[in-house]
Amino acid sequence: MEQPVISLSGASASLGARPVLRGIDLTVRRGEVVALLGANGSGKSTAVRAVVGQVPLTSGELELFGTPRRAFRDWARIGYVPQRTTAASGVPATVREVVSAGRLARTRLGLPRKADREAVRRALELVGMADRAGDSVNALSGGQHQRVLIARALAGEPELLIMDEPMAGVDQASQQVLADTLRQQVAGGTTVLLVLHELGPLEPLIDRAVVLRDGCVVHDGPPPKAVGQHALPGHDHVHPHADTASEPIRTGLLT
Amino acid sequence: MDILGYDFMQRALLAAVLVGITAPAVGIYLVQRRQAIMGDGIGHVALTGVALGFLTGTNPVWTAVLVSALGAVAMELIRWYGKARGDLALAMLFYGGMAGGVLLINLSPNGSNANLTTYLFGSITTVSQGDVQAICLLAAFVMAITLGLRRQLFAVCQDEEFARVTGLPVRVLNLLLAITAAVTVTVAMRVVGLLLVSALMVVPVAAAQQATRGFAMTLAAAIGIGVIVTLSGTVYSFYVDVPPGASIVVLAIAVFGVITALAAPLARRRARRAELLAPREERCTLEVPGSRSPAGATAVSAPSSGSGFGSGSGSGSGPGFGSGDDVEVRPSG
Ligand SMILES: Nc1ncnc2c1ncn2[C@@H]1O[C@H](COP(=O)(O)OP(=O)(O)O)[C@@H](O)[C@H]1O
Ligand SMILES: [Mg+2]
Repeated sequence: MEQPVISLSGASASLGARPVLRGIDLTVRRGEVVALLGANGSGKSTAVRAVVGQVPLTSGELELFGTPRRAFRDWARIGYVPQRTTAASGVPATVREVVSAGRLARTRLGLPRKADREAVRRALELVGMADRAGDSVNALSGGQHQRVLIARALAGEPELLIMDEPMAGVDQASQQVLADTLRQQVAGGTTVLLVLHELGPLEPLIDRAVVLRDGCVVHDGPPPKAVGQHALPGHDHVHPHADTASEPIRTGLLT
Repeated sequence: MDILGYDFMQRALLAAVLVGITAPAVGIYLVQRRQAIMGDGIGHVALTGVALGFLTGTNPVWTAVLVSALGAVAMELIRWYGKARGDLALAMLFYGGMAGGVLLINLSPNGSNANLTTYLFGSITTVSQGDVQAICLLAAFVMAITLGLRRQLFAVCQDEEFARVTGLPVRVLNLLLAITAAVTVTVAMRVVGLLLVSALMVVPVAAAQQATRGFAMTLAAAIGIGVIVTLSGTVYSFYVDVPPGASIVVLAIAVFGVITALAAPLARRRARRAELLAPREERCTLEVPGSRSPAGATAVSAPSSGSGFGSGSGSGSGPGFGSGDDVEVRPSG
């Protein structure tokens, strides 16, 4: 049988003195689309940061494309979309400049060639930001900024796409663009691991959901169907733009 | 021009041009990483290097390069490993460098606080032939790194974690940047002086970015501003006997003020245009309880002003999903 693309087994990790992952198993096979779900603070970001090698494991194993983490060098095969922060960087940068940074996965210390500029242009077109290529990223809305971060990951033409809350704080138009982009990538054979707060418009794409609670996996299987539906008790769902004042909302699974 | 008739003035102006290029070229990365103050720290540490040169009878430019490079690497290591007490370690390094310099220079046979002053605030008359050669060599190194590796350094300073995940040698690049900053401090030290070198790294960048949208443009504009202010400041110091560092930095801040005043209406116009564009994408949609199709139509968009993503709701803004009863719970491990 083919090696899984991501294989995390018995993984524990701490941030500061605090154990944040407490022995999680996470396997993603080629071509799969896996959603990582869980409440705020359940360790989703830490889990994907561990997968991309940015949080050291205190115990457990990580293999990427069948290679142990220590020996893995092929980072260009992975496209990473970190959780978006609201902090603007100190110096202005254009959309194209930010997306081009993703292409460094291929060019490394070399100079960009024509094929590299083409890849950047394609990535910008995929997320519908080609007409904003020369604009400052500081002038973008949250949704547009998220699209830029995804284009940056796509610029390296990865086989595995890892995205942390790509839909958080994203307006409707951008959500649709992102869902379409993702559908195209998946149709093209890209493997996807994405952190979500709710399945939302991506629901039809998801093959499997892994639910974290307090740093442990509490569900690994078909996406929880009722989630995000009106069947929720109390109707206190379920839209991506809820007032920040309303969180944390503790509904059954998460508490 | 009579001013070019003096050898020392030719040397000073050449040094000034090189300083005007290199200081903003390094400074832009420090500003991008919000470490604008790092140049100042290296300047303090370099003082010990200068004094060491006096003490040992070698050209202070070379000893300053050595000591400030060590100091810059130490600062970078503190940034990696320092954690909570990192800022105290940095403070110790800065003040230790300054105090060490003053101490050593007074111990050395031909050193005094007077020639220390020329290193603190710059001097046009004391730039020697040897200094100019050293400065040319060091400036070439700085330009090769800051311009040749600008894409990589941009990526590292913009989003370090992402840069690591792309497989860039981030630690090597960070150390290289620290050493380059240290070299720049020594390039600039003869003209602007150690106490003001950081200003020339930061102020032209701050001025340029008032009017630019991209990194490459900011870099080019900052270098342009840097060259203009170092040249005119040096010339001013020729006619009016003040340390060039002071006139250069005052000029740079004046340029910053002028550009800020000119750019403000421009920024307002841009913001208005963004506002006009925004409603197309982020209009409010009414919440229709209980219905979820077409996808997402139930959402109430945050009335984002379109004035940048700072106003977005950031991460995890939605409420959680589902109730536990809906999901088969299978604890792992
Ligand atoms: N740098 C850090 N140092 C210490 N604790 C942290 C740090 N970052 C996150 N945490 C804690 O780790 C837990 C998991 O965080 P995270 O993985 O970001 O959760 P999620 O992405 O699921 O919201 C949270 O309780 C958070 O407070
Ligand atoms: Mg998170």
